[in-house]
Amino acid sequence: MFSMFETGFAGLTWGSVVMFAIGGLLLYLGIAKKMEPLLLVPIGFGVILVNLPFGGLMETIVQGRVYEAYVVGGEPAAIMSRVFHYGLTWEVIPVFIFLGLGAMTDFGPVIANPKTLILGAGAQFGVYFAFFVALLIGSALPDVLQVGIKEAAAIGIIGGADGPTAIYAANRLAPYLIGAIAVAAYTYMAMVPIIQPPIIKLLTSEKERAIYMKPQLREVSKTEKILFPLVAAIIIILLVPKSAPLIGMFMFGNLLRESGVTDRLANTAANALMNVLTILLGLSVGCFMSAEYFLKPESLLVFALGIMAFATSTAFGVLLAKFMNLFSKEKINPIIGAAGVSAVPMAARVVQKMGQQANPRNFLLMHAMGPNIAGVIGTATAAGIFLGMLG
Amino acid sequence: MAQEKVEFPIAGRIVSVAVKGGDVVEEGDALCVLESMKMENPILAPVGGLVTNINLAPGQTVVTGELITIIEY
Repeated sequence: MFSMFETGFAGLTWGSVVMFAIGGLLLYLGIAKKMEPLLLVPIGFGVILVNLPFGGLMETIVQGRVYEAYVVGGEPAAIMSRVFHYGLTWEVIPVFIFLGLGAMTDFGPVIANPKTLILGAGAQFGVYFAFFVALLIGSALPDVLQVGIKEAAAIGIIGGADGPTAIYAANRLAPYLIGAIAVAAYTYMAMVPIIQPPIIKLLTSEKERAIYMKPQLREVSKTEKILFPLVAAIIIILLVPKSAPLIGMFMFGNLLRESGVTDRLANTAANALMNVLTILLGLSVGCFMSAEYFLKPESLLVFALGIMAFATSTAFGVLLAKFMNLFSKEKINPIIGAAGVSAVPMAARVVQKMGQQANPRNFLLMHAMGPNIAGVIGTATAAGIFLGMLG
Repeated sequence: MAQEKVEFPIAGRIVSVAVKGGDVVEEGDALCVLESMKMENPILAPVGGLVTNINLAPGQTVVTGELITIIEY
């Protein structure tokens, strides 16, 4: 019977070794550099775990045959393939994370200054720009890359800097890219403080960055805060029906927060539920990254275009803010346009820092939260548009 | 002598206070650090001058518009 005992050493390949290095890098970034540790630590560990040979964590059965890796359309037959299947493929996890995000979000700054909603929309240009570039590259190199219109859309969504939305869209449009897209989205979100400042500096003058914005935003009433998620859900979902799962949950979570009578539910959504879902999301995305799925030229394209999408979104946000200043009496500081890249609250934090550097009187944090939150809505809506056309 | 009232631009909780009455600050020096929206934000001096009327302690919660200090210059 000992002859049946098998260690994993024989199953090691160069691919699994490369994946250990990638998993190790993600753990290093999360633990030592504190970059998005809540996601990169579970993802990094999952990557290492799933690439240990014969562990069978992601086993899937297709027509009676057992496959070691997750197969889209198959029957999950092991612990992590079940979590991945029922959590991600069935879309439960990203959608309910949006419930938690809604319960954590204060729409006050958006309601007080609805103009900032436009900036959140402006930053979605990066999504479409990366989409078209991906499409071009994909059609130019059909032998190397399998990137069609759906894959291009899934890659473009990274530019919105919104993890759950990117994962949700990838699952619908290009499921085999989900690992690369999730990792790209979350690492670039963590890198927002490095990516954004040079772009902002390039596009604005010292004088523009020093534009002073009054701190006191209008006081927002409780009634407005309760009505906002309801009205926003109805309008956005009527306009873009396929955004219903994400926007619906987001606004519902926010209603729980603002209603004043469901604090227990809001707290659970924002804390306990969110943490449970984050563990399941991180670990299952990591476990999806087996060598055969991840070490592909398409993954490189995801990383290259992802950062380009972030940069373009930042640039368009800033340029749109400058454009709006041409028509308005009360000038806005164009830096806040960069906060339209949703990455809550990193982008707002970048804006705050740069504004203060240019003018010590400036305190743009609250002003930046408007476009920041509008960016979340914008990306979920952009994903809904893609799903409506391609899904 | 000119005076500038410095007020909190946002509500939050004071983490630390960097100056005391009688200190001389330069424009852009940190006056205190305010925790707000889960971030620690330094509040900077809008002008250089003499710090007066400062009465803040770490842990204190403040609202928008509350006085931080009056800087004389």
